[in-house]
Amino acid sequence: MKGASWLSIGVVAAMLVALPLLLTSNVALNFITFAGIITLAAQGWNILAGYGGQFSFGHAAFFGTGAYAMALLQVRLGLNPWLALPIAIAIGGVVGFLIGALSFRARLRGSYFALVTLAFAEVLRILTNALSFTGGAAGVLIPLRVGSDNMQFRDARVLCWLVLAFVVGALCLTYAIARSRFGAYLVAVRENEDAARALGVDTFLVKLKAITVSAMLTAAAGCLYAQKSLYLDAGIGFGPWISIDALLAPIVGGIGTVFGPLVGAAALLGLGEVTKTLIASLTGGAAPGVDLIVFGALLILSVAFAPQGLMGLVRVLRPASKGGA
Amino acid sequence: MTATRRTVLTGAAATSAVLTMPGLVRAQAPQIKIGILQPVTGALAQDGEYGRIGAEIGLNEINAAGGIKSMGGATLQMVFGDARSNPEGGTAEVERMQSEGVAAIVGGFASPICLAASQAASRYDIPYIVDVGVSDQIVNRGLKNTFRLGPGFGTVTAAALDNLVKLNDAAGKPAKTVVIVHEDGLFGSGMAKLMNAELPNRGFEIMETIAHPTPSRDMSNVALRIKSLNPDLVVPSSYYGEFVLLARTLQQQKIRPKGVYAVLNGAASNFRFVKEFPEAANLVMDCNHWADPRKPKTATVRAAAEKDGRFWLYNTPLNYSCVRLLADAIERAGSADRAKVTEALANSTFSDHIMPYGPTKFVNGQNTGAAPVNTQVQNGDIKVIFPAEFADAKPVFPAT
Amino acid sequence: MLKPDIIIAAVANGLLTGAVYALIALGLTLVYGVLHIINFAHGAILTAAMFAVFVCHQVFRIDPYLAVFVLTPLFFGLGYVLQRYVIDPASHGNDSNILLVTLGLSIVIENALLATFRSDTRSIDVPYGFSVLEVGPLLLSVPKVIAFVTSFAVAVLLGLLLVKTDTGKAIRAVAKEKAGSALVGISVEHIYAVTFGIGAACLAIAACLLMPTYLVNPRSGDAFVLVAFTIVVLGGMGSIGGALAGGLIIGIVESLSGLFLGESLGQIGIFLIFILVLLVKPTGFSGARV
Repeated sequence: MKGASWLSIGVVAAMLVALPLLLTSNVALNFITFAGIITLAAQGWNILAGYGGQFSFGHAAFFGTGAYAMALLQVRLGLNPWLALPIAIAIGGVVGFLIGALSFRARLRGSYFALVTLAFAEVLRILTNALSFTGGAAGVLIPLRVGSDNMQFRDARVLCWLVLAFVVGALCLTYAIARSRFGAYLVAVRENEDAARALGVDTFLVKLKAITVSAMLTAAAGCLYAQKSLYLDAGIGFGPWISIDALLAPIVGGIGTVFGPLVGAAALLGLGEVTKTLIASLTGGAAPGVDLIVFGALLILSVAFAPQGLMGLVRVLRPASKGGA
Repeated sequence: MTATRRTVLTGAAATSAVLTMPGLVRAQAPQIKIGILQPVTGALAQDGEYGRIGAEIGLNEINAAGGIKSMGGATLQMVFGDARSNPEGGTAEVERMQSEGVAAIVGGFASPICLAASQAASRYDIPYIVDVGVSDQIVNRGLKNTFRLGPGFGTVTAAALDNLVKLNDAAGKPAKTVVIVHEDGLFGSGMAKLMNAELPNRGFEIMETIAHPTPSRDMSNVALRIKSLNPDLVVPSSYYGEFVLLARTLQQQKIRPKGVYAVLNGAASNFRFVKEFPEAANLVMDCNHWADPRKPKTATVRAAAEKDGRFWLYNTPLNYSCVRLLADAIERAGSADRAKVTEALANSTFSDHIMPYGPTKFVNGQNTGAAPVNTQVQNGDIKVIFPAEFADAKPVFPAT
Repeated sequence: MLKPDIIIAAVANGLLTGAVYALIALGLTLVYGVLHIINFAHGAILTAAMFAVFVCHQVFRIDPYLAVFVLTPLFFGLGYVLQRYVIDPASHGNDSNILLVTLGLSIVIENALLATFRSDTRSIDVPYGFSVLEVGPLLLSVPKVIAFVTSFAVAVLLGLLLVKTDTGKAIRAVAKEKAGSALVGISVEHIYAVTFGIGAACLAIAACLLMPTYLVNPRSGDAFVLVAFTIVVLGGMGSIGGALAGGLIIGIVESLSGLFLGESLGQIGIFLIFILVLLVKPTGFSGARV
């Protein structure tokens, strides 16, 4: 959390708002929007895992819940997406609460907790694919009807700004939590849960709150993704890909920091794009997989040279930063 | 690594061969960029690669024959995008192709990718030709830019149903009981639903419908259920790996129904399966996309596709035909302008493709003449058994 | 509705498949028990081993059951090198970094296989691939029976190795008490690497047992990873007997729930059992510590 402050958040927010104005190509806008969604999902993960120390391998459960709730509320109940959005986020929070209540009640920690979240995500994926209520294997298609009242914008920048607004909101939320008593309890749980409990912290409640907030953020990412792509199926909503992205980004960026998820998502996705475009221009698609080999190798190297994540590098480079709150 | 280098070198050699053909290299002939979108990494990589090959063969052929004559011999340049087997990957590639100024995009393969990519393309009015993606939703969204050469899901399953009844009637109705085995994704589940609704009306009895995931680690229990139910007919709709496993297990357990009638199956009309497991593949029928065996070009394309130890399946001729369709539209439009190409596609009556359809006729983006054919593996070869006008063999049914 | 015959056959199928799952989980559980890391590259290493079996058969004409003698030491070495010279130095022992490194490794391995072998699904055709053993009404696939027996043998061997040999004792020492082991002169990096190597060797054996009846493409190994994780947790992380028992049980659960709910929905059976066990007895059967 060192290096963050309301000022730095303000600066970053201003930079993010300016991005769609500076980088107007649609390739860039699409990339920024998607990166923003991943950042938001990652910010959710970061609160639970980075600050709270509870690693989850199943954040897809929350992403998919948000996405499907958003889609189904519109398609089945005819709700306006602006109304569906907060409801879907709340539903995501409920799912987080339930999974947290079950898992923390059973005193699951560490790898056991991680694997149980993975199992929950898989159960949701299989059910979503099987039940006709969720569209089954055919998925859910949100009808195309452009209009800002329908959260489908003609100008791609608007959705981009909406996503970035959520990202900035999550930055503020993360920072506020980090500076609050709740945040202190959370970190105490991360560092030594038994000691924290011995000192009178209600660790169960703290973790439960954390997973609920975490789930809501990741669910919000899912909602925005549903509006961006307008089509969902069980693999897209609840598949391992988003669980992995949501945990890779904060680790690469700097786990347990305010800006970690943002920096990590940008770096990861950016690296992926660069390797893909570079190799594609060299081979014309005739050598599939080569760009991913480069990407994977670079990922390993990045860990080797930036073990505290990219924010850790920043800290190393700025030794005279003001002390963390 | 040798395979990669060989592929790149072959590509380079082929390109240089084309370029050195006399009369083709005109410094002032414009190049028209064509976006080819296929998932060549990730879960769908197997199909994506064969689609890419088909598109490549098509583009090379057009360029070798003089390019787009109405535009002064303009050559078609492939702008390839890896859809990474997910819709977001497809969308990102469409955005990139847009920034490169492509005249049109062909491909996608999987319905979710086609849905997302065609929608992204519609923002820029880029004509998008779907190669395989069978979901009916693709052409029902009212997008003017989206065209599909091949049949949609409804058409395929209706044809599968009709042809099954015809097949059974022609053989004297030996089959009555059916077990359906399907992959639990979009086309498998949809096929099962339709079959469950319609087969009983046509005099068949569905004993059981078994859904399986992709990937499946084991199909022995599915085989077990089939053995215990002993149906006349097994109707499998699965991807390559799962059907190969099922077919091998059926052979091993000595389960021989009167017929295996696959629908949109990833292995039943795939020469790799036929060559590697001739006994398990023998007499398996499929209702699927397939190239028209009577058209002379089919053999040429097949020969080009089978280089480097590859096999012949439907993705290659379909993509080849889509690219040819596009080139024809550009030729008639006399321009690479997107609106003109879209219009040319919409009123296209193209017949020089190698699919078993007549001349194209697009209604709401769907080629109304598109239809699947029924194939059967006979003597280590894949023959067309229905409809009669494309058939090059008689059906062998019942198999036992 | 379901005849007892079928249920017995399903249980038999489950046992046979479960034994191979157990073998795959053995490597994972050992690595977890000793190194305390969740190895995300497990699936990719299995895929690589399966391709190795494919190459041995197609190029060198070596039968999988003979190739096992070549591939097991080869993959042991590969695993050793990976852990000692890639994973450990890159991650500096930090948990979240290990996650990243093993994920990165899995991406590299899977795509290296894609670039080398292309995306086509390959199989090998061995003469005994379709042989069956008749046991009462059951027609048991011979390669699967061989796999079953071999998995048990490997588990027993591994158990003996851990108890009787010096290396085995060192492994158990490091698993229990890392600092203390270092103090008495055990090279922890070496033991970590040996354990990882054993894990990879188990995968090589599993690949040789799978290939006669299965198939391989760059993503085949992934299909087994989640199941392997489930078994590791069920059996207790670090417990060999637990992995074996867990594998068999999961095999049967998968088989029966597939029978009753359909293969697709039946997959839920595995995860529900997983969740239930974790909520009720998180340390699994063997009660091993986190």
